[in-house]
Amino acid sequence: MSTKSDLSRFLRWDVAVGILLVAVFATGAGTTEGFATTGNLSFALNDIAEVAIIALPMTLLVVAGEIDLSVASMLGLASAVSGKLWESGWAFETIVPVVLAIGVLGGLLNGWLVTRVGLPSLAVTIGTLTLYRGLASVALGSNAVTDFPETYARWTSDTNTVLGILPYPFALFIVLAAVTGVVLHATGFGRSLFATGAQEEAAYFSGIRVKRIKLLLFVLTGLLSAFAGIVFTLRYGSARADNGQGFEMLVIASVLLGGVDFDGGKGTLGGAIAGVLLIGLLKNLLILNDVANEVQVIVTGLLLVASVLTPRVIAAALERRHRRAAAAV
Amino acid sequence: MSLPTTVPVRALTAVTAVCALALTATACGGTTKKSSSDQGPGTAATASADPAAALKKGLKLAFLPKQINNPYETIVDNSGIATAKEIGSTAKEVGPSDASASSQVSYINTLIQQQQDAILLAANDPNAVCGPLKQAMTKGIKVVAYDSDTAKDCRQLFINQASSEQIGRSLVQNLGKQLGLQGKIAILSATQNATNQNTWIEFMKKELALPAYKGMELVKVAYGDDDDQKSFQQTQGLLQAYPDLKGIIAPTTVGIAASARYISSSSYKGKVVVNGLGTPNQMRKYVKDGTVAQFSLWDPKKLGRLAAYAAAALCSGQITGAEGQTFKAGDLGSFTVGKNGEVILGKPTVFDTSNIDGFDF
Repeated sequence: MSTKSDLSRFLRWDVAVGILLVAVFATGAGTTEGFATTGNLSFALNDIAEVAIIALPMTLLVVAGEIDLSVASMLGLASAVSGKLWESGWAFETIVPVVLAIGVLGGLLNGWLVTRVGLPSLAVTIGTLTLYRGLASVALGSNAVTDFPETYARWTSDTNTVLGILPYPFALFIVLAAVTGVVLHATGFGRSLFATGAQEEAAYFSGIRVKRIKLLLFVLTGLLSAFAGIVFTLRYGSARADNGQGFEMLVIASVLLGGVDFDGGKGTLGGAIAGVLLIGLLKNLLILNDVANEVQVIVTGLLLVASVLTPRVIAAALERRHRRAAAAV
Repeated sequence: MSLPTTVPVRALTAVTAVCALALTATACGGTTKKSSSDQGPGTAATASADPAAALKKGLKLAFLPKQINNPYETIVDNSGIATAKEIGSTAKEVGPSDASASSQVSYINTLIQQQQDAILLAANDPNAVCGPLKQAMTKGIKVVAYDSDTAKDCRQLFINQASSEQIGRSLVQNLGKQLGLQGKIAILSATQNATNQNTWIEFMKKELALPAYKGMELVKVAYGDDDDQKSFQQTQGLLQAYPDLKGIIAPTTVGIAASARYISSSSYKGKVVVNGLGTPNQMRKYVKDGTVAQFSLWDPKKLGRLAAYAAAALCSGQITGAEGQTFKAGDLGSFTVGKNGEVILGKPTVFDTSNIDGFDF
């Protein structure tokens, strides 16, 4: 077993992504004027706050062997409903809990279909991806609602920061990330997520309430997606049904890039967070260097393919060498 | 899967209770649209202008279109970039590849970091870009909107191709003439929130409400999102839903080309009239093969040229964006800033078989 643990230490993909993140940051700071300024970094961090917040429960879901593709549509639905209610004169303090409740309901529907009806989460959430986006369009139609209260909008501005660099949405993400990290890596509940993702039946027969846990994770994902929708709406000052379109891909790309295994059972929250930051900083750096949008998309795509492929290639190579060494003895 | 399931009834009840509590706690009193309607004043153009100031050289101008592969805006931007070079400055075009509300924001931030002298943009959403644009203006960067406006206090100038009223009404008038003022018509627009599209559509509806148009009925406004494939499918959908449709107005270059392409190869060719805003190079084929008799557009090269001159005039202090100020735009002549910082380029040109070969853009 000792060689195995040597291998896995060598293969710590999340650490590699963390190193890559530092390398990208150092390159940017060294080569690009205006990159390592507090103004730009605050902006870049704020710009990925919603994706980062949703990536937290998504990491838990993927670790437990499930996925939720409806997150960006839930973000859009939350945005549209916020806009609709605000337009009809509701108090913002009332809108927030209502919208969060919608997130919980959306998550319950996903979780119910997956755990009770027994459908695969990929299929279920492709369906609700369309459903929630459709509901968003029904709620707000083609309108864009603006004029959200300054007091709350200021909270989401990248010029309003904690410690001089952290915008509030991102600071909140850090708090949420700390809590999620402890839950995933230092509690029995976290262990049970890994167990569920690795071997569901075995986890069940060892006393883990697999379905209840999964339902809870879907609800959590819905809740935080709706919350991200409120943040997004305030940040752009514009509630629209098409807000956050395509964000689900960014979230899932970040999580996978961070080394969380798509098959479940493996991964670290730190890796997922490094993945989010890497995608965000890389985008910022490429735009600052006037790199064409097509190239940016290609870079992100290649990174993702590499993140899935490289660990497997290395593992296969080491395996072969190992076998050859064993044969030589 | 045959594992038994349990419903977390308690958790559900708890969530419901918390929500209900939060609702009742906040239902009376709180921040509503009414109570927060008095927001801070915008950045009014109050600084004094010096119309005699020399046009500065070495300025850095940046064009930020709705999306970079929009053929119309590419022409505007290229012309603006060429104009900037002519007057001794430099310019570039940057932008997102999708026309969603939020995608322009990252680019504005970047242009602030790069300390450009002026940002010229066509807004995808009038409000989503506001925060960063105001930030740019407080750092002394001049902001000029062109083609599609932002909210008024988020830019100094808006360069309008033609007055929105002229565009909206003339498109209906032209189609009306083609149809003999009879029949069902539809509009194929771009995205649902494009400021320019919606203003034009409003004026189209006003024109259609006149008694002369009582024989014409607007049955639907469809949205192709300035995406070729979607616009193509929307055209298909319109004709299937309304088999007796007589005309389509597509006030977008992407939409009219997709619409014409669908009709040119369908049985509707010659039966359904397509009119709208298109570029001669895109539409030449359809005008020659008889699918489209006419369409309109202003000269986007002139729009880019005027925008570049206006930005340079702002940076040089010749104007500040207040009503009544005038500036020179080279061979285009002299322009006056109108109400709300609007500068109008001129009337749209109608293209048909008689003149289309004289234009190459």
